[in-house]
This record gives sequence, C-alpha cells and structure tokens, in this order.
Amino acid sequence: MIEIFKNANYDFLGKKKIFIGLSWLLILAGLVSVFYRALDGKDHTSPFNLGVDFAGGTLATVKFKSAPNPSVLRQALEKQGIEGPKIIIQPVTDEIGQAPKNEILVRLPNLVQVERQQGQSETAAKALSDADIGKQKILAALATFNDASTQGKVDINTIGSDNLKSELIGKANLDPQSAEEAARAIIDYREITRSGLIADLSEVKNINGVPPQIGESLDKEFFAGFAAVKSAEAVSPQVGADLRNSAIVVTLVSCIAMLVFVAFRFKSWGFGIGAVIAVVHDVLVTLGIFSIMQWEINLTVVAALLTLVGYSMNDTIVIFDRVREMMKTKRREGLEKLANDALNQTLSRTIITSGLTFLTVCAMLVFGGEVLRSFSWCLFIGILIGTYSSMYIASPFMLWWENWRSKKRAEKVIGPSRATNSTSGSSDSLTTSSAGVTPEMLAAAGVSTSPRKLRRKGK
Amino acid sequence: MNKNLRTRGIIIAIVTIGCLVILFGPWNKPKGYAKGASDFFSPAKLKQNLGENIRLGLDLKGGTHLVMQVQADEAITAMTNNNVQKGKDDLKKDGIQYSDIKAAAPGLIVVENANPADHDKIREKFFTFMPEDGWDYSTSDNSVTFRLTNRYANQIRKDATEQAKTIIEQRINQFGVAEPTVQLRGREEDHQILLQMPGVDNPERVKELLKTDARLEIRAANGQRFATVEEANVSLAGDANKEVLPYKEKQADGTLDTGFYIVDKLPVIDGGDLREARGVPNQQGFGFYVAFSLKPGGSEKFGAWTESNIGNYLAVVLNNEIRSVAVVRNKITDSGQIEGNFTQQQAEDLGLVLRSGALPAKVTYIEERTVGPSLGADSIRQGIVASIVGLGIVVLFMLFYYKLSGVNAFVALVLNLVILLAGMALFGATLTLPGIAGVILLIGMAVDSNVLIFERIREELHAGKIVSSAVDTGFNKALVTIIDTHVTTIVSSAFLYIFGTGPVRGFAVTLTIGLLANLFTAVYVSRTMFFWVLSRGGRKSETLSI
Repeated sequence: MIEIFKNANYDFLGKKKIFIGLSWLLILAGLVSVFYRALDGKDHTSPFNLGVDFAGGTLATVKFKSAPNPSVLRQALEKQGIEGPKIIIQPVTDEIGQAPKNEILVRLPNLVQVERQQGQSETAAKALSDADIGKQKILAALATFNDASTQGKVDINTIGSDNLKSELIGKANLDPQSAEEAARAIIDYREITRSGLIADLSEVKNINGVPPQIGESLDKEFFAGFAAVKSAEAVSPQVGADLRNSAIVVTLVSCIAMLVFVAFRFKSWGFGIGAVIAVVHDVLVTLGIFSIMQWEINLTVVAALLTLVGYSMNDTIVIFDRVREMMKTKRREGLEKLANDALNQTLSRTIITSGLTFLTVCAMLVFGGEVLRSFSWCLFIGILIGTYSSMYIASPFMLWWENWRSKKRAEKVIGPSRATNSTSGSSDSLTTSSAGVTPEMLAAAGVSTSPRKLRRKGK
Repeated sequence: MNKNLRTRGIIIAIVTIGCLVILFGPWNKPKGYAKGASDFFSPAKLKQNLGENIRLGLDLKGGTHLVMQVQADEAITAMTNNNVQKGKDDLKKDGIQYSDIKAAAPGLIVVENANPADHDKIREKFFTFMPEDGWDYSTSDNSVTFRLTNRYANQIRKDATEQAKTIIEQRINQFGVAEPTVQLRGREEDHQILLQMPGVDNPERVKELLKTDARLEIRAANGQRFATVEEANVSLAGDANKEVLPYKEKQADGTLDTGFYIVDKLPVIDGGDLREARGVPNQQGFGFYVAFSLKPGGSEKFGAWTESNIGNYLAVVLNNEIRSVAVVRNKITDSGQIEGNFTQQQAEDLGLVLRSGALPAKVTYIEERTVGPSLGADSIRQGIVASIVGLGIVVLFMLFYYKLSGVNAFVALVLNLVILLAGMALFGATLTLPGIAGVILLIGMAVDSNVLIFERIREELHAGKIVSSAVDTGFNKALVTIIDTHVTTIVSSAFLYIFGTGPVRGFAVTLTIGLLANLFTAVYVSRTMFFWVLSRGGRKSETLSI
C-alpha cells in the first residue's frame, strides 16, 4: 500500500492565527489593487479587467495568411478612428501538434456614442443603439491590407455563405441551385479544411463541387483576402451591467442557500457559517488575484467561480462530516481536538483529490486553448485557495461560533454571574478549547442526548 | 450475496445499455426518415447519431447569437396617438365641442376646453375604445384627462414584446434559417428577445431583415404631383383629413423619379389586410417588383372603394413614402403591386417583411456573437484533448496508488461520463465550451468519491478489520459524506438554475446531472465491483488490492 501520510498528526488549528492573518493579507492585497486602480484617475486602468461580457465592446478573433504584425493592425484600427490605447491586441498561442494559427484577438472598447434625448434615462438611451459597430471597424481595417488591385472584387475569405451564393449567381452566372452547392463547398473548404482562411484563389478551383467553368470569372471578380474574422462578439454596455448584476445576485443567493442547508444538515449554525465564510474567502481572494494580475473576467470566469465555490464547499463538508462522526464516539474530547483530528484523518483524501483536480486543471491550462484560459486560471487559483480555506478557514470559524454559542448557553443555564467569570478567564474565544458539542449536533450524529434534555427541561 | 450480486449486475447493465442507446440511437432524425437496422449497428451511422443527439452550443457549432431590445415604450406612444385620433373622430361625429385633444405624454390624453356638461359623454366615448380599468379618468375645470395606469402600461409593453417575438419568429422561419431559437430573455421588464441561429455565419442580411419595419398602406390620392413640399402644402390648405407625402419611384433606367402628392390620412387598406406578398421579376426590363394579394375582409373593402372611385387616383404608401400612384380603371378586389425596380434580394426581403406584418415597436441589437464554424471546431478539439489528458492523469494515478481498486475507479469514471452525456441528450441540455470545462471538472469531483471510499476502506483495514467488513464499513461511512457533499452542491445548483441566466443555467444542469450520475457510479457500481471481487475469493479473501 502506497501512502502519502502515515498516521498524520499535525497541529493545524494551533497555527490558525497565522493562516487567518495570511488570508487577510491576501484579501487586503486584492483590495489595495482594486482601490488603487479605481482611484488613480487613469482612464485605461480599472479595478478588474472586465471582458466584453461585462464591460461591453467588441472582441474578435482574426486570422491572417501569415504571422500577423500587431502594431500594423493597431495602426490600421487607429485610422478607423479608434483611440489607440483602448485597443487591446493579443496573439493567440499555437496548439501543440497543429499548424501555426496566425491568429490575433482584438478587443475594442464600446464605440457606441450614447446620445441622450431630453427626458430620456441613460439606460433607455443606451438601449437605442446597436452594439456591433466594432466588427464593422475591424473589417474596414482589415480591408486596407489587401492591395489596390482587389478593389471592387469579392473577398472569398470574409463573405458569408448566403451572400456568396448571390455573388456567384450575379458574377459567375450560375443557376441558383449550383450556386448554392458551390457556395457551400467553398465555405466548407474554407472553414473545415483550411481552418477559416483560403490562402490562394487557385485552391478554390480544385474544390469538389465547384463547377470548372467559373474559373475565369473567379479570377476576374473574386480574390482571397489577407485576413478574416473568425468570430466576433459585440455587447452593449446595458447588457454588460445586467449580466454583472445577475452574476452577483446568483452567487450571493447560492451562498445563502448553502449556509442554510449545511446548518440544517449539521443542526448547527457554526458549521454553516464556517463553510460559507471559507467559500466567500475563496471568492474574495481569487477576485483579488484577478485584479492584481489583470486577468480578464468574463462569463466563463463566473462559471469557474461558481465551480470553485462548489469545490471548496465539497472539501469543507468532507472535513465537517468527519468531525460530526467523531462526536458520536469521542464526546469527551473538546471540539477543537476533534476538528484537528478530522483534518489529519482526511488529509490523504484532501491531498489526493485536490492534487488530481489540480492536475486536470493544468491539463486545461495547457491544452484548453485561448477561450478557456481565464476559466482555467480561475480554477488554478481557486483549487489551491479552496483546499487551503477548508483546512485553515472553515474549521476555525466553525469553532469560534460554537464556542461563542456554548458560552451564551452557559450564561443561560448557569446564570449570568458565573458566566462573566468564565469569560474573563479566557478572553480570547478563538483559542478556547471548551467543548462546543451541542445536544442538537449530537442528535444529528445519532447520539442519545437524554441527560442534557433533562437538564434543559429543568431550566 | 450471489443473488444480490446478480440483481445489481442486471441493474447496472440496464442503465449502461439504456444510456448507450440514448446516446447512439437514431432519435433526432428529420421527419419521415425511415430507420433501418444499419442506423443501430453501422459505426459510421452511430457516430452520426451521436453528433445529432448531443446538442452543441453556438460557441462550438458556429452560428449567430443575437439579443434584441424591443423599444416597448414606443408601443405606448403609438397607442396613445392612436386613441387621440380615434377620440377626435368620435367626438366630432357626436358634435361634442372641445378646442383640442392632445397626447401630452405617452399614456396621457388631455381633452381641452370641453363643456363640463359634456364630460360624462366624453368619458363614455373614450371608454368605448379604451379599457376602463387601463386608464384613470379625471377632470379639472374644462379639461378631461385620461392617464394610463402602470399595470396596463406594463401589459402593453409585455404584449408588444410578445408580438415582436412572434413576428421575428415568422420572419426567421420564412427566411429559411435551420433550427433557429427565438425566446424572451431576462426578466419580463427587460423586453429582450434572444435569437440563436446555428450555422449563420454572416448575419448582416438577417439583422437588416428583422429590424426593417414595413408599413404598407393604400390611400386615396389627389392626382396632381408637386415639385416641392411648399407648393403641395399651399394646395392642401390645412385640410385636417389629408396630408402631403413624398413620392419616390425608381425608373427602369435607374433614375429616381421624385415629387410630392396629397393623400388621405386614413388608408383604404393597410398591412393587416395583406394575405400574400412576394417578389416577382419585371416582365419588361430589369429588376423585381412586389406583388401582393388581400385577405377576404381587405378585398371587400378595397373592391367597394375602387368601384366607387373609378377614375380617381390611389397611392401605394410604404413607410410613409409613396411608391407608386395609379388611376383606378376598374374594380380591383384582391391584388396589387409595389413598383420600385428592386433587386431580387430586396424584393424577396420586402415581400417577407410585408407578409409577417409590422413590428409593434423598434428593435435594436444589444448583443451579437458570431462564431465561425472553424473556431468551434478548434474549441471542440482542444476541449477533447484537455479532457483526455485530464482523464489520463487521473486514471494513471488511481492505478498507481490504489492498484487493482484503481480499475474500479476507472470503470466508475467512464460510466459516469456516459451517463452524463446520455442525461444531457435526454434533457436536451446544450453542451457549450464552459460545459466542456465543467465536464473536465466533474472528472475531478467524481474521482473524489472514489478516493473517499478507498481511503475509508484503508482506514478500516488498518484498524484490523477483515476485508469484507472493511469494505462494508468503508462504503457505509463514506456514503454519509458523499451524500452530504452532493446534496449541498445540488441545492446550490438549483438556485443557480432558478436565478441564473443562459450559460449559468446550462452549467447548473450539467453539474446536477453529473453529480447524480456520480452518486450512482461511485457508490452503487463501485460497490458492486468490490462485491464481485470478494465473492470470487469467497469468505477466505484476506487481502484486497487497494
């Protein structure tokens, strides 16, 4: 039997202050980054690097015939009247074992000029304008890369299948049916065989399904352009705000739902609060790191945040479950000792599961491509933080709440005067190791609590 | 134990075969497709079936995703103006005196300077064509005010959005987009429509087609053409029932013939009376015109009018622009045409827009995402590679760390994926790029259940229990934890589904199906395999490869 830990017995909770401090430090670092970027007065820095989903604007993947030069593209876009510093251009990394992609991601800010009419709210004014101007600008900029001889000809790389059909009817004198077949054959060849861009017009003539007689008119009326837009997303600022708000609401509501459910399952608010604080901690730290690193936050990142919430919750519940189980057999020991034992006993499982999930995320980071990059980074951070928080954040806060409760209970049962004494005896509630096992928790763990019940009846 | 084992084996076999049948069966064939035996057995056909059964999102399949904002307040403005016009006509008919009726704001009608004695009559008149519970009625001195209630205003906005959706649906269907999705999006008060068109790579024409407003009217016209608005206005001499409209007609030689005519304000027939409209090639010369025919009610109206107006002029008005003016030579009952030397595409699109009726309010595009098929193919390939690598790492580790019991985990993982995909096919859930990532992550979470169980069994073995009882206790103890973690996540997914939109919802569905599948595979299937191994060794089995 291969084992990572043999009879692990580490004092996790003894060092909790250090770790809680560390967490505060991470959260503070994030907050500093958020406020610094928000308040430095510069236009191009913002607390978070929000993607087009949330900030509005245009994001396009552009494919070129040969390795693209970002600065030339930037100049071409500036000529279209877009402010240079607001254009973000990022090359797409090549896939392992695939031909060079020659692709670039272009991100443009919101170009819609909002003109508010009298008595009209700003949202209403924003809603009046279309969102897709950016794509037209990019297409116009790309068109300048083709040489002058192509003027007036049809670019076979940027045209859609429907328009290609009409052009083939109009310019190559095909009947509607064969034009449709030829258009489909050409588009399929471009998209599937050539991955989005036909390098040379002569290739088109050899495609199966393209009638040979149109060769001449192809040369005369068509050309294969230098670049094409593979995908484009345009989002208006109004939609962005809606999406952002709904993402925040959803996360909060699902946190509250988990708080209530865990508290119900473990018959104690302490467990629910510990678990949810750990989860909120994960989200805050991850968002902080996203602000510091200026990684893009988009809808997929929200999905990743939700995943890591579920993941961290999963980790925490495994540990709490062990605590509850041990409460059945080792009632006499303090809750803190039980929690520390539970952490040790589940340590192998925690490391193996986290390690494996972490490795899968690494696979996603390496092989998942550009679109999944932000998602993968979010989980990369999230799994590290989530594992850490279920060990060092969830249990301490659960203990802190239970100790506070048992002290309050003591006040009720024993009377206020003595309870004050006991509080002054151990002022630091976080370090007390008094038993925090409540009758309800024991009942949940299947332990008979009749003596306690008697006492409660007596009070 | 043996009988128990057989029952378990049968249940697992049924689930597995059921899932495979759901995944690979020819269930999503077009209507009238004759299913043959080869649809169930030939590998190529099975692969094709799989592709048809799993619905891919637009980000993987390629296509266009559009979100439209309906300017629903416009419907209120139009309705208010309409009621003002009706009120003027009705009050005049009954000889009720007033100085003016105004739409002071959208949803606010004021009748000015009416005799207080007439107020009740005015109220009665207006409420013949306006719903009484939709408008608040009040008077002050001489004027009467009708104010739209909030509830009714919301109803109008909602109706306008619904109607816009229906019209967009009609236009899209007639345009011939395969499998479009048209649905309302977001909250009710957002008035947004989501349109997804798989395979549409260049949405410009569709977009133009959808937002085009084509209001067709045929109105009585004065046959005299004016060169300028001013001249026409002089001739109009303030007649409240008529107005001046611009005239534009493209001639066969390509030149534009322009001018102004005086026409009646009220149309003889309008777009609502249309039955058919279609682009037709011009017999002489180039280009296309749009021929239309009328519904029974419309043709009666038109027939009666033309009969009594032979020798007079009529104007075909499109969007407040006169397209052609003609003399009525005889009674026309059911058809007409819009001249204009259109291209084929223009004529077809105009016909289509006319057929589907006018939009109740303007629409704008607030979100547009177009994914070319090649990018979707890249994403699928990358997603599959990442999944296989991830799965490979997990399986290798499990085999290395848990020896033969790792095989157990491997089987459970693969079966988990099969059930997940079958569940998605069954519920029609869409697989998107974040969905693939979710699946990769589910691999990680599924393996967690196995790790929990195996670690428990190891603990029990350490404590000195015999193999069969260690397996039993291990499973029982781990089960409590597994159920707790799964139910918590399912509860939170339920909230994601209720409060989330679009991708978040899809994510919640994928996650929930995956977790349910995992409960079955990690707990039931895996345990059965342990039973099987133990039963082969009999009661004597003293070691377990774990």
